[in-house]
Amino acid sequence: MIAELSPGLILIVGALLVPLLRGTVRGVFLLALPVVAFVHLLTLPFGEFGQIKLLDLTLITLRVDKLSLLFGYIFLIAAFLAAIYALHVRDTMQHVAGLIYAGSAICAAFAGDLVTLFIFWEGIAIASVFLIWASRNERAYRAGMRYIVIHIGSGVLLLAGLLLHYHATGSLAFDQLGLVSPGTALIFLAFGVKCAFPFLHNWLQDAYPEATVTGTVLLSSFTTKVAVYALARGFAGTEILVPIGAAMTAFPIFYAVIENDLRRVLAYSLNNQLGFMVCGIGIGTELALNGAVAHAFADILFKGLLFMSMGAVLFRAGTVKGSELGGLYKSMPWTAGFCIVGAASISAFPLFSGFVTKSMVIAAAMEKGYFWTWLVLLFASAGVFHHAGIKIPYFAFFAHDSGKRCEEAPWNMLIAMAIAAVFCVGIGSFPSLFYPLLPFKVDFFPYSLDHVVGQVQLLFLSALAFTLLMRTGIYPPELRSTNLDFDWFYRRLGRALAEGVGRAADAAWGGLMHETSRAVCALVSSVQRYHGPDGILARTWPTGSMAFWTTIMLAAYLVLSYL
Amino acid sequence: MSSEREPSGKTYWLDDHRNVDRLVHGFYVVCAILIVIDIFVPKHGPFTVEHVFGFYGIFGFVACVALVLIAKQLRRVLMRPEDYYDR
Repeated sequence: MIAELSPGLILIVGALLVPLLRGTVRGVFLLALPVVAFVHLLTLPFGEFGQIKLLDLTLITLRVDKLSLLFGYIFLIAAFLAAIYALHVRDTMQHVAGLIYAGSAICAAFAGDLVTLFIFWEGIAIASVFLIWASRNERAYRAGMRYIVIHIGSGVLLLAGLLLHYHATGSLAFDQLGLVSPGTALIFLAFGVKCAFPFLHNWLQDAYPEATVTGTVLLSSFTTKVAVYALARGFAGTEILVPIGAAMTAFPIFYAVIENDLRRVLAYSLNNQLGFMVCGIGIGTELALNGAVAHAFADILFKGLLFMSMGAVLFRAGTVKGSELGGLYKSMPWTAGFCIVGAASISAFPLFSGFVTKSMVIAAAMEKGYFWTWLVLLFASAGVFHHAGIKIPYFAFFAHDSGKRCEEAPWNMLIAMAIAAVFCVGIGSFPSLFYPLLPFKVDFFPYSLDHVVGQVQLLFLSALAFTLLMRTGIYPPELRSTNLDFDWFYRRLGRALAEGVGRAADAAWGGLMHETSRAVCALVSSVQRYHGPDGILARTWPTGSMAFWTTIMLAAYLVLSYL
Repeated sequence: MSSEREPSGKTYWLDDHRNVDRLVHGFYVVCAILIVIDIFVPKHGPFTVEHVFGFYGIFGFVACVALVLIAKQLRRVLMRPEDYYDR
């Protein structure tokens, strides 16, 4: 029976016990949960298990194949790293929410049918918002509200889509769906919201930087990667994903260049990295799909590492605004070092993870002859180095010395960052150890001479551009600011419209009430004129009131005869 | 950025302006070498533009300059005070 249990459930059930524990015991328990789940995962054979009969539906809660296993592994590694990173946190709510969140993501990855997927899709949304609210301030509360509305909305789309799909095909299986019917289109849209497609993306940059230091690390690992998994499972080779992905790689980097909050810069670069994965899924060849999911795997590690390092800066220095920081390498040399490893990985330097995984997607685009897509991906590769690879470490740890002096990050944070850094270098330097985990057989060698030289040229000359622009003073300075993005449409325009409609309705209602009360007053006074103490009908009471009531009865009869 | 003494009494190599200059000049040399060795690298890519001398380097440089200049102009349209949404 236990063998049929999704590894995610171990985390979810474990989460419920966390409030009962205190101190060291709780710490050990938090670290042990992902380890136990991982051991359980290693014992699982391929196949479909955990069937539940619900009315006349059969749900498959545990489908084990290479694709779901890959995401199972990385989600548990991410959960373990996040547990180490958050070991100093006393806030019970964050631990419980984090475990339920990670558990739901794992359960979603192992879901064999759309109903199970939907249940954990919502579980992810509800558990994760508490990591935002855990900041316990007004901004976080509001950002969390917007986040939860959008994510519940994604769940509703998924539910509507799966019902239509079930009605049309009689199947709830979560396999290749394709954009073939209104039902699958709604499911596609639901995945798109969670994957931060262009115009559906703003929840990410809005909410992630408002979460707690440790919460953002968790958030960056799961939600969007579950969406990538779902797209890879249901919509591999759907061509529209190629331009969508290319757009996702390109436009966020402009925002990243001018954004001041460094965790928000990372949120934009997360969006940009998702673009590579979406593009790979759209291309749909074995190499492209391998690349997409491998890049998701690598991204969870290096983006987690970058968010951890910026979290450590926020934790110690009290801010992650580029305009306030600089020179922190003196206080936090280890954090700076780990941040640079993360930066090198996301920028796809040879020997670091991104070089292997992103290259697969780009090579697949070249192989299929997507010339313009390839150019955009190349532009995005240069851009990501620019804003995530250089800007993040430069403005936080170097640049102009802000005079801030603080302690190095706590030991638990350093250990989590160190492990993530080892993974980043390991995947990049020994890719052949990583390849067997990928869903298809890998026949790809990233370390050819022309590829290495080309990539190093791209990166170094991008850095040269940064250096020259910086030294000539052309580079835009970090400024305290808010940059308008698509969320303006619902945070400002939508609100203004809603308020306008509200005011108009208020005015109309006021006018209506005024007119009605005037009419009633006029009626009462006219009744009083004839019927009051001095009224003409009051002189002969019985006759007068009979005339009055007869009039009313006749009027009522007239009205009723029409009904 | 002259080399000020830290409260701890420690001096940092990067605090000296001359060291930063040395680092940057060294970096320029590396970039130049990277472009030059392009002649000796046999190219295998499917797109002809890849075979142009120094393509990746030139592309990276131009892309980043364009990125920064466009982003800088975007600030005129997009930038608002930090508390824009809180008001």
